[in-house]
Amino acid sequence: MNAQAIQAPTISTSNIDSRKLKNKAFRILVIVLSALTISPIALILGKLIVKGIRQINLDFFYQNAPNTLEAMTAISNGEIIPGGIANGITGTIFLVILASLMAIPIGIIIGIFLYENQEKRYANLIRNLSDILQGVPSIVLGLIAYLWVVKNITNGFSALAGSVALAIMMLPLIIRATEETMKMIPGTLKEAGLALGVPYYKVILRVLIPSGFSGLSTGILLSISRVLGETAPLMLTTLGSPVINWDVSAPTSAVPLLIWEFYNDPNMVDLIWSSSLFLMGFVLTLNIISKRISAKRKVI
Amino acid sequence: MKSDKITKYTLFIASLVILFVSGGMVFSLIGGSIPAFKEFGLQFIFSTEWNPTEDREAYGALPFITGTMFTSILALIICLPLAFATALFIAEYFKRSSLASILSSMVDLLAGIPSIVYGLWGFYTLRPLMIELGWSAQGYGILTSGIILAIMIIPYATSLSAEIISMVPNELKEAAYSLGATRMEVIFNVILPNARSGIIASFILAFGRALGETMAVTMLIGNANVIPKGISGVGNTMASVIANQFGEADGLKLSSLIAIGLLLFLITGIVNAIGKLIIKKLS
Amino acid sequence: MENIDRIKDPILSIKDLSIAYNKGAKYAVKDVNVEVKKNAITAIMGPSGCGKSTLLRAINRMHELYPSIETKGNIFLHDEDIMKMSTIQLRRKIGMVFQRPNPFPTMSIYDNVIAGYKLNGIRISKSERDNIVEQSLRNVALWDEVKDSLFKKGTFLSGGQQQRLCIARALAFQPEVILLDEPTSALDPIATSRVEDLLVELKKKYTIVLVTHNMSQAARISDYSMFMYLGDLVEYGKTKMMFTNPRDSKTEEYLTGKFG
Repeated sequence: MNAQAIQAPTISTSNIDSRKLKNKAFRILVIVLSALTISPIALILGKLIVKGIRQINLDFFYQNAPNTLEAMTAISNGEIIPGGIANGITGTIFLVILASLMAIPIGIIIGIFLYENQEKRYANLIRNLSDILQGVPSIVLGLIAYLWVVKNITNGFSALAGSVALAIMMLPLIIRATEETMKMIPGTLKEAGLALGVPYYKVILRVLIPSGFSGLSTGILLSISRVLGETAPLMLTTLGSPVINWDVSAPTSAVPLLIWEFYNDPNMVDLIWSSSLFLMGFVLTLNIISKRISAKRKVI
Repeated sequence: MKSDKITKYTLFIASLVILFVSGGMVFSLIGGSIPAFKEFGLQFIFSTEWNPTEDREAYGALPFITGTMFTSILALIICLPLAFATALFIAEYFKRSSLASILSSMVDLLAGIPSIVYGLWGFYTLRPLMIELGWSAQGYGILTSGIILAIMIIPYATSLSAEIISMVPNELKEAAYSLGATRMEVIFNVILPNARSGIIASFILAFGRALGETMAVTMLIGNANVIPKGISGVGNTMASVIANQFGEADGLKLSSLIAIGLLLFLITGIVNAIGKLIIKKLS
Repeated sequence: MENIDRIKDPILSIKDLSIAYNKGAKYAVKDVNVEVKKNAITAIMGPSGCGKSTLLRAINRMHELYPSIETKGNIFLHDEDIMKMSTIQLRRKIGMVFQRPNPFPTMSIYDNVIAGYKLNGIRISKSERDNIVEQSLRNVALWDEVKDSLFKKGTFLSGGQQQRLCIARALAFQPEVILLDEPTSALDPIATSRVEDLLVELKKKYTIVLVTHNMSQAARISDYSMFMYLGDLVEYGKTKMMFTNPRDSKTEEYLTGKFG
């Protein structure tokens, strides 16, 4: 070996000091930016509560949305705008029930299908298509529901059309939640059932679905909370309605649609805050419940 | 057993729903856009005209494509440092602490806020702020929409990035620490290079989200059917023009809106596919 | 416990060192006093969970990476209290090699060897860099095997080669002490014996402290041995003495395989 020996390097104190300083500054930057990231939550919730809470009373849940004239009169008399959002609340519930009736059973069955056929090419195709569906913008789903249902089935804006759009949004989420949940159930559980000669559909209904119950319900609740606040696809499909509607083939209101209407009507604009507060409360409650369920699941 | 066969068939038949929905979607979007493309040809994509006057009807998608791209790219740029810092907070600086789990559920909450509520907040809080700061005369436009979009896509970029960052092996970080690296140097020399493609994928997927967001943007972008003039200019996105103009649309205009929907579908599809492909390569 | 003549001119002296996890709830190292001889291999042995890794990591303060740790006592490198040194300086002087080979997978072999310089922002000329890479790789007898693929990623190397690369990475800094945390536990017997030969060679220039699970390894290559049990340093002395004539009954039980 004729190369010269390595000199032990020296690290100057100025090098060390500046690196330590940079390190500290970066840590502070990370903390500040993280705080900045979540600050909109406090700002948005704060604004909704401050401006919305006084509109919320019993009437808010029982009465339909006022018309412009009623709102204008109330404002000019310095009163609180009368009425509520009962047509919106029932409409949202109606749409979610219809969408769930379509998306939940089909989603769970497809999820089980994917779990059963893990690596097959066809199953991979279905899985990828479902992933693509999940990425389709909701407004495009509104267009689709318009083309399929409004134009061809109900011949007019309808609750059914809106719920089809929401169901297509929910479907990929439920499929994925089901497949992931099924993967976590020990395979021995299924084999034990099959070994006893129990028909396969009974194994699904009595073993797989019950043991994956918490995972499935978390996925379902999350998918519902995702579609609850959807506005754009409903504008293209259910249109809105001043009264409570339980007819699948008729236009229906929904809380986010009402918010949109209030926002566009200068006389009713005060109602946006209470309605938004209600919608947020609804969405957050579902979120928290589903988190609770999934937290409990870890105990098993 | 006979019942087992029936079960298998039932599962298979249900899976066809996905084929029909996705196939039907493409079919209907293409079918609905045919009149527009017949009338304007490929020029539809490159034309800036939007004229609904009878007999002189002409529609082009370029202003909306550029509006969508401008707002989404701006959102991505704003979201980048915020989401990256938050991911580092959760997956590195305060890993496994209660502080990290609080922050990550707050970020999840951010994802739970409906688009229309973001729009309202943007309209009543952010827009006046933009006017006050003198960044925009009316407070509408690309910048305002971009900021709101950035907040909306942060959760998507953050949660995936955090997951990827937390997967960087501890041994590698220790190796760098044992050579005297500071935490920041470990982040930039070890964590980032090792988590690079996953982090890129998470931002691509977040970008895909931004492309299709409708309500908040509709309420803030100014709804002008022009190519936005710079960052404080007004405009319209593909999603917002559909939401805005759909109510009064029929005939050629409806077909043009559906054609814009088809383009939006294709663009988001391609962006998402790239993101998903990178992630698939990782696992 | 003082069963050894005071080591003259120790490179490391550990004084009353105690390390507790969970804010003092659980002691990993209890009141350890020990001196380490220069240019020798010192092995730390003991059953899992005895605190040997924590003790080793305390020597270049790697144990501080994990929060809620309390450290009492002092460690001196020559006469300098390492607790008062900057970790950057300390780790420049005391290098470390880990249980599983951990070359940086995003860097080439060349960049791995020189990683310490890059991470610390030490600027040197290209010829100096080339020299450091070559010498460090020669020192671990890896040069001839990799000289034609210096700019390939290090991950294609075998486990034993990767571990020698990691030793070269530590050597590139010319540290005074090298700490090794069970460096051969992930290697096959042939690779293990190569690393052992290497360590014996390296002690001419460096001081080596080695945690090992493997008693015969300690017997084969170490000059001094510590035996730790439940955080206590039970016995410390010349390896030959300890293996032939352990003073503590616990040491004897461990060495004869009664537990561990």
